[in-house]
Amino acid sequence: MKLNSPLQVYKYLPQTNCAECGETTCMAFAAHLIDRSKKLDNCPPILKEAFKKKYIELITLLAPEIREITIGVGERAKKIGGDDVIYRHQLTFFDPTAFAYDVWDTMPEKELVERVNKITNFKKFYIGKFLRVDMIAVRCVSGDAAKFAAAVKKVNETTTLPLILCSFDPAILKSGLEVVKDKNPLLYAANEKNWGEVAELALTYKVPVVLFSPDLDKLKSLALTFGEMGIKNLVLDPGTYPQGKQLKETFERFIKLRRSGIKEAQKDMAYPVMAVPLNAWLVYKDTAAASYWETVLASVFTVRYGDIMILHSLEPYAMLPEVHIRETIYTDPRTPAKVAPGVNQVGSPTKDSPVIVTTNFALTYYTVESDLSSNKINCYLAAVDTDGIGVEAAVAGGQLTAAKIKDAFQKANFEFKEKTSHNTLILPGLAARLQGDVEDVTGLRVLIGPPDSGRIPGWMDKNWPPKPK
Amino acid sequence: MTKKIKLSELGSLFGGDIQALEGVKIEGDVEIDLGSMGMNPQMAYALGHETAQMAMHLMNISRILGYPVDQVFGGQQQVAAAAPKRLSKLIESKFSVGKNEEWKTPIQEVILGATSSDGGTRKSTITLGGENALPYYFDSPMPHRNHITMDVFDMPINMAKAVKGNYEDVINSPAEWAKKVVRDFGADMVTIHLISTDPNIKDTSPAQAAKTVEEVLQAVDVPIVIGGSGNPEKDPAVLEKCAEVAEGERCILASASLNLDYARIAEAAKKYNHVVLSWTQLEINAQKELNRKLMKQCGVKRENILMDPTTAALGYGLDYAYTNMERIRLAGLSGDTELNFPMSSGTTNAWGAREAWMTSSPLKEDSDWGPREYRGPIWEIITGLTLSLAGNDLFMMMHPTAVQVLKEITQTLYGSKETDPVNIDNWITAVV
Repeated sequence: MKLNSPLQVYKYLPQTNCAECGETTCMAFAAHLIDRSKKLDNCPPILKEAFKKKYIELITLLAPEIREITIGVGERAKKIGGDDVIYRHQLTFFDPTAFAYDVWDTMPEKELVERVNKITNFKKFYIGKFLRVDMIAVRCVSGDAAKFAAAVKKVNETTTLPLILCSFDPAILKSGLEVVKDKNPLLYAANEKNWGEVAELALTYKVPVVLFSPDLDKLKSLALTFGEMGIKNLVLDPGTYPQGKQLKETFERFIKLRRSGIKEAQKDMAYPVMAVPLNAWLVYKDTAAASYWETVLASVFTVRYGDIMILHSLEPYAMLPEVHIRETIYTDPRTPAKVAPGVNQVGSPTKDSPVIVTTNFALTYYTVESDLSSNKINCYLAAVDTDGIGVEAAVAGGQLTAAKIKDAFQKANFEFKEKTSHNTLILPGLAARLQGDVEDVTGLRVLIGPPDSGRIPGWMDKNWPPKPK
Repeated sequence: MTKKIKLSELGSLFGGDIQALEGVKIEGDVEIDLGSMGMNPQMAYALGHETAQMAMHLMNISRILGYPVDQVFGGQQQVAAAAPKRLSKLIESKFSVGKNEEWKTPIQEVILGATSSDGGTRKSTITLGGENALPYYFDSPMPHRNHITMDVFDMPINMAKAVKGNYEDVINSPAEWAKKVVRDFGADMVTIHLISTDPNIKDTSPAQAAKTVEEVLQAVDVPIVIGGSGNPEKDPAVLEKCAEVAEGERCILASASLNLDYARIAEAAKKYNHVVLSWTQLEINAQKELNRKLMKQCGVKRENILMDPTTAALGYGLDYAYTNMERIRLAGLSGDTELNFPMSSGTTNAWGAREAWMTSSPLKEDSDWGPREYRGPIWEIITGLTLSLAGNDLFMMMHPTAVQVLKEITQTLYGSKETDPVNIDNWITAVV
């Protein structure tokens, strides 16, 4: 965005401190606009006719450096782009990389439907939510417009995920577009040869479109030309070469595009960028080797500026690291990594339920908590204040000690004699070396749990209720 | 700088007679941006249709009123009408982008290992650091590739099944284990972890540990890392003794940290010519503090310091580890001479992630996790790869496949992998 201080934003606001946005002052609201935690539309007065001019000016000044583009419609519609910084610690990255997995029009129908369902239903639990993937890329392999349209139709009937229609033949793209013209699909792609006809499609159907050229001069020509024709919902594909010097150059193109868009504010190229890790399959034929390399490419371009990518492998060992590396890069670094220290109930614990200790590092806490609740283990779970450091590191660094553990229960007014029948505490397996200390300091019986909370169910079968000494 | 004027002030712009505007009713109080009035197609594009159209209106009105618009605005043609334009030819253009001018301070070069000419017995040495830009960036080529040191333990330990299968034949002999990782798995270096010295494990004596180090040094001719057990009371004594028997070899002593007697480790490194691994826990300011103490208080030379700012596994805090390393590297390149040292990552930590080793997800709601044999190595690869992009130089690793793939991608991005060109123009129709 073009503004960098709340004061600059404040000048455009009504300055009435009406608090309708939920903030007490316009200056506070301005600060939220700068860190992008609120939107201008949260201010009702500025939407009124009298402020129309200031609204239009401000919304332009607040627009992210990289254009934000929406693909698809409805609940699963996905925004891409929208970034304002080149390093995540400078603010945060917005609009996590969209992962599209491919299907093709020569697939037997049954396989096609199965594959689409697998993509649509993929989920992986992570800190209180499920990680998912975003889109289906339909590739025209047949070269037959009717066949392509039929495949697009089938995919569209099977999923609500946004689609990418893939062909360099404008007639084929058109046949697919006709089927899903009300679904805002992404067109892939215009190149040096077909650009005129693809532009015509983008204008007629008002859909976003990918421009493809590994030559950045030509890519810029395409972007300028489309822009001049009024087509602004663009995605740039600078070519993803799968190996060797070509891959190194691909990496450099991604850096150059994002640097030009954000650091140098070159508006002509400030569009979301697409990577095609699927190209790993052009050089590796073995499923495991190709899936590994595809995951490697996907990770490189998730870290360095890919806003959307087309992938092929549905192997869990490819998809799991892919969704996790995206979460790694797009997690808001401004969000605290800690949960409030305290002793919490999981399910409905009784006097015979175990009391389990973990740290207040959000990742650890939520992992343990979900393992317990998913396996229907009623218990008390203590989040000890370790300054948001995980168990192993906190034991090594002195943030998880017997005194800290005692303190956690005292502050929560948790009396073992009153709340439990067993007077027993369970330490994480990675904190085993604290056992003696904790016994001495608290006077409780201390059991050592498994090193990973995923194994608590099995551990409980063997160790709970505690055997008398 | 652009100057904004109101439509009602248009007359003064032309230096003409404002009276001429009388009788012309112009609604609204629109502003036009004079700085962008060059009205060539690219400008019109940059302004957006609305502004462009408005400007066209203004010029037309002015023309009607007799103002010499075309002279003022350079006689531009009609632009950006309301209906979408069709172009028959691509607008020619050149793309260019500048280099980063803020990166003026190179990362310190650190040499690991010493050959006979330098008082050691290694066959060759490894140089880390020297970068003038973020890794693999076009601003400045990376002077040295990334390197990998593989883990060897001085006693059998619990390992993920996928890892264990590779070491069962050597698990009781650190020397054989070291030979195997160099000979069969392409390790650039070997890390000997002296975990049996922990008083809570076997409490092996420093002298015994030193003997293990000697065995490893004899078994392989690559540079080595000497790792303690992580016990802050015992490590200084263990590392001192090992440093002594490895005198002159320029090993990495792992590690000096703020929660143990780092001065003893620094002293051992100085006395016996080794490199200190300065280890902190995901905290850039602590890293600065420890580096400063090692240099100022203990007198360790810059060329003998390597940092380990801590590696957290993918899905288990890698976001912190990544950003911490990226910030450290950017600070170093931008002139912070307490942070411009090469970095090392305990990439093996990736195996702590349950996704790397568990048979299946403990959560019933998850999609199938598939075979774990494939999950583990890729978890280690992606953890390492992510940190390589943040600036990490040396990777401590465990699984041979992970080592092989991480080498392939880091050396590709470094620029030393030659392959036949691939044509991607028809990827859409590829049968995969």
